[in-house]
Amino acid sequence: MEYLSLFVRSIFVDNMIFAYFLGMCSFLAVSKSVKTAAGLGVAVIFVLLVTLPINYLLNTYVLAPNALIEGVDLSFLSFIIFIAVIAAIVQIVEMAVEKFSPSLYSALGIFLPLIAVNCAILGGSLFMQQKDFSNIGEASVYALGSGLGWFLAIVSLAAIREKMAYSKVPAALKGLGITFITVGLMGIAFMTFMGINV
Amino acid sequence: MNAKLKETILNPIFKGNPITVLVLGICSSLAVTVTLKGALVMALSVIAVTGLSSLVLSLLRNTIPGRVRIIVQLVVVAMMVILVDQLLKSFEATYAIDRQLSVYIGLIITNCIVMGRIEAFALGNKPVPSLLDGLANGAGYGLILIIVAFFRELLGSGTLFGIDVLKGLGYVTNNLVILPPFALILLGCIVWVQRSIQKDLQEK
Repeated sequence: MEYLSLFVRSIFVDNMIFAYFLGMCSFLAVSKSVKTAAGLGVAVIFVLLVTLPINYLLNTYVLAPNALIEGVDLSFLSFIIFIAVIAAIVQIVEMAVEKFSPSLYSALGIFLPLIAVNCAILGGSLFMQQKDFSNIGEASVYALGSGLGWFLAIVSLAAIREKMAYSKVPAALKGLGITFITVGLMGIAFMTFMGINV
Repeated sequence: MNAKLKETILNPIFKGNPITVLVLGICSSLAVTVTLKGALVMALSVIAVTGLSSLVLSLLRNTIPGRVRIIVQLVVVAMMVILVDQLLKSFEATYAIDRQLSVYIGLIITNCIVMGRIEAFALGNKPVPSLLDGLANGAGYGLILIIVAFFRELLGSGTLFGIDVLKGLGYVTNNLVILPPFALILLGCIVWVQRSIQKDLQEK
């Protein structure tokens, strides 16, 4: 039940976008249509699911104080190790997607390599470091939940933006301005999940 | 100072502001603007990291092989962020803020502004203009951060930099403003104001 609670909390209460604002740049840029938003969302889920457990293992067995050698604290290397793992995994994913699904590869275009610098991926690993999970299972559940939360957020925003194309938005607010305000309101709506005690 | 350098410095502050025009660096700008102190520390960190990374990568620009470009950029930026983070941890005045902002200082590595300016400017220009471009973009980012943090701290806690300003006048703090979504709404309003002044930025 611990896993279920962690899973639900990481999708709704600790939502990557609305609670922590991670992955905003690509979130705003790719949310113009539901199809591309869904594609990017799935890619983010996959990359999180692969990189977070690897970073968890690295953190527990190499970086944490006294992990590798008694008395040695390598946690100051966390940033560079995590981002190196993420960049490597994204490179591999990109090569795999190019080989096995060329249509998806051309649909995602530049955004696939951009996942490497998506704050949500690095942020997920950094939060994992803070949260102190007891085993890799919990880290994986957290990764899956966070990815799903991000996916949910970007697809919802894309759906709203598609509908908003038919509304009369003032010229100075059109595009970026109204998107910011929309995401802010969605964030307030998501706060209803804050009191949930699963 | 010639006109081109002047434009490199002034452009990112208003006309080409990284947050409101280029839409980069949104992630960290929202979470750290609850207090002016946090916003200031974050702004200075980003200015330092963007400037230094742009400088280093511009110096290296003719020696990086194409295939490993992204990895080299990430490594250089990560090193700068580790330096800034360790620096913040070592001074008593900033240690508490560093703990508070911990994840977001690390996220400067993936801050789109740093990578964006490296790709768009530093890799194709000489070191000194690149340094100035990096510093200026960091400053443009910092300006927006400080504006947002000003309103959020003033309306949300009635204080500025921790010093009580409004509470003594009987102001009841507005907790909606401290919530993260309000930063987004505030950013939307800033974009609204900017685009009303600069009509050429409006989308059709």
